[in-house]
Amino acid sequence: MPGQPAIQTQELCKRYGAQVAVDRLNLSVAEGEVFGFLGPNGAGKTTTLLMLLGLTEPSSGTARVFGLDPRRQPIRVKRQIGYLQENMGFYRDLDARQMLDFIAELNGLPAKEAGERARAALRAVGLAEEAGKKIGAYSRGMRQRLGLAEVLLKQPRIAFLDEPTIGLDPDGTARMLEVIERLTREHGMTVLLCSHLLEQVERVCTRIGIMITGRLVAQGTLAELRTAKFGVGGEEYTLEQIYLRYFRESTA
Amino acid sequence: MSALRAIMRKEVSDHFSSSRFLILFSLIAMVSVLMVYMAGLKIAQDLEGEVKPTFVFLMLFTSSGIGFPLVQFVAFFGPLVGLILGFDSINREWNEGTLSKLLAQPLHRDAVINGKFLAGVLVIGVTLTAIVLVITGLGLVTLGVVPGAEELYRIFFYLLVSLVYVCFWLGVAILFSILFRSITTSALASLASWIFFSFLIPAAASAAPPLSGESQTGYVMRMAELERTLSLFSPMRMYLESMAVIVDPLRRTASALVAVGRNEDISLSRFAGPLSLDQSLLMVFPQIVFLVAILVLCFAVSYIVFQRREIRSI
Ligand SMILES: Nc1ncnc2c1ncn2[C@@H]1O[C@H](COP(=O)(O)OP(=O)(O)OP(=O)(O)O)[C@@H](O)[C@H]1O
Ligand SMILES: [Mg+2]
Repeated sequence: MPGQPAIQTQELCKRYGAQVAVDRLNLSVAEGEVFGFLGPNGAGKTTTLLMLLGLTEPSSGTARVFGLDPRRQPIRVKRQIGYLQENMGFYRDLDARQMLDFIAELNGLPAKEAGERARAALRAVGLAEEAGKKIGAYSRGMRQRLGLAEVLLKQPRIAFLDEPTIGLDPDGTARMLEVIERLTREHGMTVLLCSHLLEQVERVCTRIGIMITGRLVAQGTLAELRTAKFGVGGEEYTLEQIYLRYFRESTA
Repeated sequence: MSALRAIMRKEVSDHFSSSRFLILFSLIAMVSVLMVYMAGLKIAQDLEGEVKPTFVFLMLFTSSGIGFPLVQFVAFFGPLVGLILGFDSINREWNEGTLSKLLAQPLHRDAVINGKFLAGVLVIGVTLTAIVLVITGLGLVTLGVVPGAEELYRIFFYLLVSLVYVCFWLGVAILFSILFRSITTSALASLASWIFFSFLIPAAASAAPPLSGESQTGYVMRMAELERTLSLFSPMRMYLESMAVIVDPLRRTASALVAVGRNEDISLSRFAGPLSLDQSLLMVFPQIVFLVAILVLCFAVSYIVFQRREIRSI
């Protein structure tokens, strides 16, 4: 459906016992946007992603991915989303090629296409040389790259990238950001990017949301957030300064 | 569907390449071959100079050379195989963070359980079949007998019921691996349930002392009653009862109970000719249904618990 938001949540809540991890979240991300999801540790960013994926049950409220309910139609939702986890797990006894083959098979890709996509994905993340090595012997950054390759392989309409550049070297970071930019430009992919690295967010994101202790305290373009906090003509303020201003005000 | 196949394939290759399976398999193979070989030698000795009775081949499964017969061995150690193959199947992935990666792909949660279970079934099936094939070979060597068609059918059902029995325990192990996040806990729970059902229940059944002033028959009857009650909680008993009939065409009763009361009747009927296969199967139908039912129950619980589990790997 045209004009339908890629992601929409209404009054979405998640409680763990007495603790409220996500508090009445109203979030809307249009197709093709790169949405930067910011917030301090424990703000509820990952929890939100998991609820959108149908991996965690919301306590109340609704979540929609292209109009689909992740609780009712988990398969169709998960077909649209590529998820790069924050604490990624791998099967240590597989090598990168086998891992990608496995993911492809889980997604029902035909073997021939899977092979081509896997090669392309490994090249894009710079792992082509090490594809035959067991993942158990990979370094942290190599695993992170492989995680991105898994997302690329799936060619999803939406990518959830949860702190994707952690542990990456400068080359890896540059590749990651390039890939994000290319995919949104060429394929109109929607990206939800959780990160604490604000220069990167500033560079690639078209819109930004700031979540603090479960509540979305701001959402809008960089310019909008800047105007809201520093008034017109505050162009010299960076995202970091804006973010800190929001953070201090909400926790004061 | 393709997701289920993918998980199954990966699990099977994981099993076959794991040293855990290798050790387990060689242990079982060694012990069972040794036992059957001894049983074969003993049968050959007993039958020396006599006319060969029918179903000699099946005797390999039920007679004991050293220790106990093969049927008992599977009843005893089969559960351990199922438990060892499954006790960490879900919680390992949970702890290593691969579970959420798996579930973020377009598949139902059931597919994970089913794939892992079916892979286990395949591995257990292959193991059991391999052992039976080796036994067939040993039968040829020690006794010089080739199993007849009827015996082959019975062996087939022996395999099938054994598979259900061992897979029930695999199901229990998978359930534990869903219930407990820690691998050590689920391993302990598996071990505890094995000890409980394999040692404590049989021991309880034979431990009751006679009441004062109770007649011999009264005691025997009461013990039989007690055993029957306890057997309702013992998959091993159900398995042994069905095995006794399936592997021995001359058996006319599944439980030992009647044999005590109507001893002569039984020993007479042993010469009245063997039961046909479907008669035997009919007789142990309740036991087989029981085994299938507890397997299904175990699965139902696994599905329900797993469906509502919080899947995150921090
Ligand atoms: N299984 C759980 N049980 C109880 N509380 C939980 C559970 N999972 C998460 N939480 C709590 O929910 C809150 C939100 O966690 P979440 O992982 O969404 O934060 P986050 O924004 O992703 O943080 P970070 O930037 O550190 O990744 C935290 O306070 C966390 O302690
Ligand atoms: Mg997080």
